[in-house]
Amino acid sequence: MLRDKIIKGVAALRQINAEDVTRKVKQLLIKANCEIGEDVLKALNDFKAKEPSDTGVNVLDQIIENNIIAKQEQVAICQDTGMAVVFVEFGQEVHIINGSFEDAVNEGVRQAYIDGYLRKSVVKDPIFDRSNTKDNTPAVIHTRIVEGDKLKISVTAKGFGSENMSSVKLFAPAAGLEGAKKYVLDVVSNAGPNSCPPMVVGVGIGGTFETACLIAKKALLRKIGEHNPDPNYARLEEELLNEVNKLGIGPAGLGGRTTALAVNVEFYPTHIASMPVAVNLCCHAARHAEGEL
Amino acid sequence: MANIKIQLPLDEKTAVSLKAGDTVLMSGIIYTGRDAAHKRLYECIQKGETLPVDLKDQLIYYVGPTPAKPGYAVGSAGPTSSYRMDPYTPALLDLGMRGMIGKGKRGSEVIEAMKRNKAVYFAAVGGVAALISKSIKKCEMVCYEDLGPEAIQRYYVEDFPAVVVIDTQGNNAYEIETAKYREI
Repeated sequence: MLRDKIIKGVAALRQINAEDVTRKVKQLLIKANCEIGEDVLKALNDFKAKEPSDTGVNVLDQIIENNIIAKQEQVAICQDTGMAVVFVEFGQEVHIINGSFEDAVNEGVRQAYIDGYLRKSVVKDPIFDRSNTKDNTPAVIHTRIVEGDKLKISVTAKGFGSENMSSVKLFAPAAGLEGAKKYVLDVVSNAGPNSCPPMVVGVGIGGTFETACLIAKKALLRKIGEHNPDPNYARLEEELLNEVNKLGIGPAGLGGRTTALAVNVEFYPTHIASMPVAVNLCCHAARHAEGEL
Repeated sequence: MANIKIQLPLDEKTAVSLKAGDTVLMSGIIYTGRDAAHKRLYECIQKGETLPVDLKDQLIYYVGPTPAKPGYAVGSAGPTSSYRMDPYTPALLDLGMRGMIGKGKRGSEVIEAMKRNKAVYFAAVGGVAALISKSIKKCEMVCYEDLGPEAIQRYYVEDFPAVVVIDTQGNNAYEIETAKYREI
């Protein structure tokens, strides 16, 4: 009986070849590094039309022209082609065959960075052996098991000019909305020109120490113009974008009103004793791509 | 907005004439160098050895390019964050280096060394690496080849676009320009 049940269960699984995972990850990473999203391009043009600073307009022109060149010639938008961060929504009815899933993802990273003429920026050990792994592996992989028989893969090439300016803090609940808002503005203000503005600001509020960081990173993968479905957080996103753009930092930090293209906020339930807030900054080259197997 | 055309290496007279906020187009030679190369240059100075490159009047460009595609002189080559080079920069300025090209803030010790040596800090726009690479016509390996994208190379540039962020008097365009648009 049990044996029959197991056989039936296995037969219901959808098999996906590890090689197909590799091929998809490779394709998505090359695309992300060479082709900026239409949403980012549209936001750059919209903000340029409102930018009062001449230098700011000049910088935005350079950014737009660079994105056009990179796509046409299929070269990297930025020389920092990042560390590959891979988000996977793994359907619970999927069975990976002919290899390990994580090895398949890393093989996709290796092939993308070698065949796509992307820079290899990963070192083996943060302190004791900072030698280059020479193929940009390993990727940072975040997997979530979901219903269904599909694999949804989202990749981002995360540059570290902006990653280094990101920050997390665990507030007491009394800090409230105002505390969270002030913190986001402080992080952006402190980053100034270092994080290659106009930036995309990913904010994660709630959960535990690591949840806040993870959902802040996830917020960076959202399309510009899409808001949090919760009206409180959608309003917070609008208020924060408005205030960030009053900081004066401007394109490339050389003054102006285009400091951020978007502020995306994600939240998660949290403990009675805390209000974690993480701010993950991303430069104007907000490079990500999504695909499904 | 008028672009000022300048020739590299950068002589003292031209350096002093540049003001924070000026936009420039540079032609001539620049040297590349970032974290690992700076560490080696600094160790060289500490040991009293001669540097593998004469930096008198030269500019160092903080860049670690992507590999060049076939048919290209150089890969995508935009600036990296400058503050990481701060611990090593005053010693290089004291040897006659005329300036740096990078992006982002500098520490006070760097700015003091710039004023002392009449040096200029330029920023290229971060993240416009494919566009900037069009102004790099040729590149040659100079030293530290084992560092891969962090090796020191000599770039021959034409009309390389940059902005004067900190001039020889220590005026800082990041501070001056940001203050004009700050509303909170």
